[in-house]
Amino acid sequence: MLHDLSIGALADRLAAKELSSVELTRHFLARIERLNPALNAVITVTTQEALADAARADARLAAGERGPLLGIPLIHKDIFCTDGVRTSCGSRMLDNFIAPYDATVVAKLKAAGVVMLGKANMDEFAMGSSNETSYYGPVRNPWDTTKVPGGSSGGSAAASAARLAAFTTGTDTGGSIRQPAALTGITGVKPTYGRVSRYGMVAFASSLDQAGVLAQSAADAAAVLKVMAGFDPQDSTSVDVPVPDYPALLDAPLKGLKIGLLREFFDGLEPRNAKLIRDALAVFTALGAATVEVSLPHLPMSVPTYYVVAPAECSSNLSRFDGVRYGYRCTSPKDLTDLYERSRGEGFGAEVKRRIMTGTYVLSAGYFDAYYLKAQRVRRLITDDFRAAFEKVDLLAGPTTPTPAFAIGAKIDDPVTMYLNDIYTIGANLAGLPGVSAPCGFVDGLPVGLQLIGPHFAEARLLSAAHQFQLATDWHTRRPRGYE
Amino acid sequence: MSNWEVVIGLEIHAQLATRSKIFSGSPTAYGAAPNTQADLVDLAYPGVLPVFNGEALRMAVKFGLAINAQIAPRSIFARKNYFYPDLPKGYQISQYEQPVVGQGAITILLDDGTVKRVGVTRAHLEEDAGKSLHEGLANASGIDLNRAGTPLLEIVSEPDMRSAKEAVAYMKKIHTLVRYLEICDGNMQEGSFRCDANVSVRQSGAAKFGTRAEIKNLNSFRFVEKAIQYEVARQIEIIESGGKVVQETRLYDSDKHETRSMRSKEEANDYRYFPDPDLLPLEIEAGFIASVRATLPELPDEKAARFARDFALSTYDAGVLSASRELGSYFEAVVAALGQPHAKLAANWVMGELSGMLNRDNLEITASRIPAEALAGLLKRIVDTTISGKIAKEVFESMWSDGKAADAIIEERGLKQITDSSAIESVIDEVMAANPKQLADYRSGKDKLFGFFVGQVQKATGGKANPAQLNELLKIKLAGGQAVS
Amino acid sequence: MSLTRQDVEKIAHLARLSITDREMPVYVSSLSSIVEFVNELSRVETANVEPMAHPLVGQHQRLRPDAVTDSDHHEKYQRNAPQVQAGLYLVPRVIE
Repeated sequence: MLHDLSIGALADRLAAKELSSVELTRHFLARIERLNPALNAVITVTTQEALADAARADARLAAGERGPLLGIPLIHKDIFCTDGVRTSCGSRMLDNFIAPYDATVVAKLKAAGVVMLGKANMDEFAMGSSNETSYYGPVRNPWDTTKVPGGSSGGSAAASAARLAAFTTGTDTGGSIRQPAALTGITGVKPTYGRVSRYGMVAFASSLDQAGVLAQSAADAAAVLKVMAGFDPQDSTSVDVPVPDYPALLDAPLKGLKIGLLREFFDGLEPRNAKLIRDALAVFTALGAATVEVSLPHLPMSVPTYYVVAPAECSSNLSRFDGVRYGYRCTSPKDLTDLYERSRGEGFGAEVKRRIMTGTYVLSAGYFDAYYLKAQRVRRLITDDFRAAFEKVDLLAGPTTPTPAFAIGAKIDDPVTMYLNDIYTIGANLAGLPGVSAPCGFVDGLPVGLQLIGPHFAEARLLSAAHQFQLATDWHTRRPRGYE
Repeated sequence: MSNWEVVIGLEIHAQLATRSKIFSGSPTAYGAAPNTQADLVDLAYPGVLPVFNGEALRMAVKFGLAINAQIAPRSIFARKNYFYPDLPKGYQISQYEQPVVGQGAITILLDDGTVKRVGVTRAHLEEDAGKSLHEGLANASGIDLNRAGTPLLEIVSEPDMRSAKEAVAYMKKIHTLVRYLEICDGNMQEGSFRCDANVSVRQSGAAKFGTRAEIKNLNSFRFVEKAIQYEVARQIEIIESGGKVVQETRLYDSDKHETRSMRSKEEANDYRYFPDPDLLPLEIEAGFIASVRATLPELPDEKAARFARDFALSTYDAGVLSASRELGSYFEAVVAALGQPHAKLAANWVMGELSGMLNRDNLEITASRIPAEALAGLLKRIVDTTISGKIAKEVFESMWSDGKAADAIIEERGLKQITDSSAIESVIDEVMAANPKQLADYRSGKDKLFGFFVGQVQKATGGKANPAQLNELLKIKLAGGQAVS
Repeated sequence: MSLTRQDVEKIAHLARLSITDREMPVYVSSLSSIVEFVNELSRVETANVEPMAHPLVGQHQRLRPDAVTDSDHHEKYQRNAPQVQAGLYLVPRVIE
């Protein structure tokens, strides 16, 4: 079936004129119409724009143009500004917001000829690990619709897993691409901080956010990342480093690769999860890699560190939502303070307000040193631990999440329990490192993800390692029942 | 009041004269229709990011070098968080720790001629806010974000000033300096140069400072002086009647000539400063600093010292003539054409007649109706005694209104001075003969009538009698003597 | 370390967030548990460790040339505005 084909295979068929982009687009639009209601993964479907994009792609193809993403349909996480299309960030605050410009990532993919099918549901303003905080309702995991898909890129992950598009985009601040990728059995890539432009990506935590891709395989992700990545003068934190030809580097052999196993990752991991991870690692060693035990002694502090730094930055980033120039505005404000307090109080959901208040608290006079500065010092210690580890190994491996997908509603009442879902992923964000999650098995019919973390700008190494793993296994080809 | 000491510190916000804003590519030109110079970054749309204008850094470093301040090798932008409608992001990008410019100093000239050093604690870069407008809007305020994102250099003085006059002298010096450096146009009406004054009082000899009040947004030298004077009196009155000065922000009401508390900003703000994660640390290298230093012009103090030395001018005169680069250039051009020995004459005329005309017609020196060479041409005729100083003033006025050269006017109106003694003598004789009573009165001791005779002779000669010669001859003749001519 | 209702009211006001009486206890409790959780950080020895504001190593701020690169799009942008009059964004009257 068309939705089973890789991006490369689709591009070949489009080039060979065995298929048109318009046909391919209609195929995915039909799947969305049929399958999305049970998942709530897509909140805006841009039917007319998609067909127009597809027609334009077909014209370019007819003119002899070729490109790895030309005519390929995608869904963007609703955190990326898309010119003329609602960009809600999963929030009532932006329910009426039509973005007047394209994010750089959106523009780059558009230039490559993608077809945008719509915008994916997400945890509100990217704050969450289960996609239960969205104003538009929770997203359901296609593997078991009573379970969460993970978050905050839960809609992107569910849509990718259910094959509602050839790939989806997401963002990762504390694990928001990798964790939902793991819970939905797909491949998720978070690049190095500064690798992909943040311009037009609504900011949650500026020093942690990165845009990335959720796809069927490392090979597909490589093709997309090559287009998304690159220096952007509009983003001062964008790094001017050339983008490697990721697809061309996928075949790098694993022989001689040194893979670090973090003791802290395996301490206390549930036995069946642990077994799947060890089995996956056995595949690597069979292919010639060596495993080495390493320790990042400050890593257990990564979750408290993150829950000081990220809220601090978001409390400031979200101050612009005030009902004055765009977005939700309360009715009949009696004065300026009322305008602000009720527009924001009514426009934001509970988790967002919690994080804004946490952030305000840790930055406030009397607490700044003990919380914010302290956290940024611990952040440096964690980063130094990673750097020391990468002097001994080429990449780190371990589980992406502590458990497979949990039930919708199970953890939403206790924020701290929810926060601990990010325990394996957060460290990479604090240190700005690239990470990949690839499916490596199932526990009770629910997907489990293997995480690989690399040093700065080692995306090629991560993608090739994941690709070699996917050549030797078939976890990434499994389909949820009903979504074949 | 003699046992009270006044302590003043000034925070000056100078808008930097860049073409585009500090963090966006919008134009900075003044006076555009509302919100037509506010792009997505200025409007704080979701997803936008700041990109820093290098010219703002150059201008800040230029200022720092001109006040002999430390330039930070590494400088950080910080977010100052608060909610106000003219601040679209809900935070201002400013600097907190590690500002671009550190400790420096300038000198000011006091009325009594002494020189005082005033310290500058720091100067940092930040973005300006937009504007709130209230006219014509029922129960609402209208926000215009054209100004939001204009680069500002905030210059913070040490609390070294001890009187309103010192504060004004400091503010004027900084105003002159930023215009010399061409980093700010200093236009206070348009808000390019604004001042907040921190004012407190304490008993003379007290170790600690008193509680201070901050008076915001003073946009003229006169207002700064008056506001400080009012505030000092207000604070002394409070303390003398047993009360305590409240630390607060106040505004100066220029109609009522008083300061009053700013209601809306009364609550203490916790700005929660933290380094802006969207901007990286600025690395300011020695090479960059050297390239900026190479662009420094002759600074006002250097120019004043040179004028005093080379042209034998008083400190005061040198100071006035170097108040702007343009005025200094004009003056030097006059001297160049006239000749260095006559620099004092040139100084008097530039500071006197010329400045008077410029003020009257509200013109800058660059728009002077009399170019420097033309003024020199006029002054030459005084030097070579073709005309008297008094006549020169008449010629000057004609030159200003008609745009003609001095010689042409002198010729046309026959204004040449009479220097022929015998000619002057005959007029004196006529005047003496026509005024026998005054002559008799003068000779019997009424010395004041000398002026009368001077006036009469000048009237008869159309003001053209050489005054020095006239005086000499008149003295002799009124005394009854014979002049040797 | 627990937060009091007063603490939360103060924070909510600084952040301009309206919290209803009904919601308040939930926020007091959840914020208290978050603060207690992050207090773990106090156990880490960080003397002489520089705070890290950016994960990028060896990068510094790029300088943009001083050029005007934007033109007037206010009509397009103001389509999103809740209340606009004569090109101005309206808010309730601000008294200074």
